[in-house]
Amino acid sequence: MLRLASLALFLVIWLVGTFALGERKLPGPPAVAATIVAEARSGALFANVGITLVRVVLAFVLAMAIGSALGLLMGRNRVADRLGDPWLVVLLNLPALVIIVLAYVWLGLTEVAAVAAVAVNKLPNTIVTVREGARALDRGLDEMGRVFAFSRWKKLRHIVLPQLAPYLAAAMRLGVSLIWKIVLVVELIGRPNGVGFEIGTAFQLFDMPRILAYSCTFVLIMLAIETLLVQPLERRASRWRLRTA
Amino acid sequence: MNDALRAGVSARLELHIAAKQYVAASGARHEVLREIVLSLGEGEVAAILGPSGCGKTTLLRIVAGLDTDFDGSVTLAGKGRSHPPKMGMVFQEPRLLPWRTVEQNLLLAAPGASAAAIDRLLADFGLSSHARHFPGELSLGLARRVALARAFAVEPDILLLDEPFASLDARLAGSLRHELAKLVSRNRATTLLVTHDVDDATELADRIFLLSQRPARIIGIVPIETPRSLRSPERLAAIGRDVIARGVGPER
Repeated sequence: MLRLASLALFLVIWLVGTFALGERKLPGPPAVAATIVAEARSGALFANVGITLVRVVLAFVLAMAIGSALGLLMGRNRVADRLGDPWLVVLLNLPALVIIVLAYVWLGLTEVAAVAAVAVNKLPNTIVTVREGARALDRGLDEMGRVFAFSRWKKLRHIVLPQLAPYLAAAMRLGVSLIWKIVLVVELIGRPNGVGFEIGTAFQLFDMPRILAYSCTFVLIMLAIETLLVQPLERRASRWRLRTA
Repeated sequence: MNDALRAGVSARLELHIAAKQYVAASGARHEVLREIVLSLGEGEVAAILGPSGCGKTTLLRIVAGLDTDFDGSVTLAGKGRSHPPKMGMVFQEPRLLPWRTVEQNLLLAAPGASAAAIDRLLADFGLSSHARHFPGELSLGLARRVALARAFAVEPDILLLDEPFASLDARLAGSLRHELAKLVSRNRATTLLVTHDVDDATELADRIFLLSQRPARIIGIVPIETPRSLRSPERLAAIGRDVIARGVGPER
């Protein structure tokens, strides 16, 4: 209920903004909705949003998988931590644009370069979060697993992952938001399709309704992913905690 | 695997710790254990009794293979079997997986145990109504019961108990000790119990090893001939007096 009220407030502010700045600079919700419908009818909306989503998912999966593995390793192993730390600091501070440009130069203006550039941008942030979680792992439970002869897989699944769950959830939540921001930049610079490319084209033509149409569609999809996927997963992972509270 | 309480063939335990030191954060070396030799026969229950902080837990961790940085050797011998003896352990804290139910905690430690065996163990420890609860929903006393049930669930050849009743009130500790005494007798696992509590030792053990202050050495061995089930309160009190007379003050 509160969320809906908050959303209504947003629409009101938008309308006030349209009134103040004029339809040309900030088209109102009806104009944007009409553009969304028109783009959907032509099929362009689905094609562009679809390809962008595919890039988001690929980069997300890559960054989460590699980042979690490296973060776990660095949190558990001092040598790996020492070796990896300077790399991590460099990656964390390297501007997204530098990584994107270098990826396009070295790998060409290809899909692989685009997805890799996005994944590399998200990677250090996953590593840092998961490493923090791995450092906080309970040694007592680890010893319990050793005494009771848990296999590696059983340790990972029943001892390590449940402890990392809150850290993984944080990395995922930050990951989705960061990745979709960077995917648009990557598309703007070096891809012939996708939401980022469309917004770039619309910007050159000063086509405000189209810019907002694509932005809103994508925001709605991200909201849906958050409410329908991320939050239920989080609730499931912490249900043992809810019952103790 | 059809009966959790019928242990297989019990292991024998040979322990020799020439010296165990640990390096404190300041860099200073402390000697914790010195010249500890003990040997347990099939199904024997030994209690290591000593003052708090004398290194009992360290000793148990060495036996469990969790601490390998010491001079000496541990031999856990299964009887003519090639695979390593099965170990069950109860730590000082319950160390249950908070994100798994009581039943899952038992099954994870003992994947081969049948549902019937798990049910029976839960009943033995008065946990039947808590099978689907998460450890966070249990009192400390109940969580300790689960930890004990888990150690028995693996049908251990060797059972290690680290102050299993610490920080429970006297009445609760008494009743749990009584249940444990029955199970230990039925299970016939070679058992090593470390405790600072004379009652734990006299009620459960076949032999009591007395430890000194740090660096801990064995300063006396008290065998108890009376079978566990026949130890009356008077008999237990007499053994307790004997133990204390030999120079260990449990807590002083």
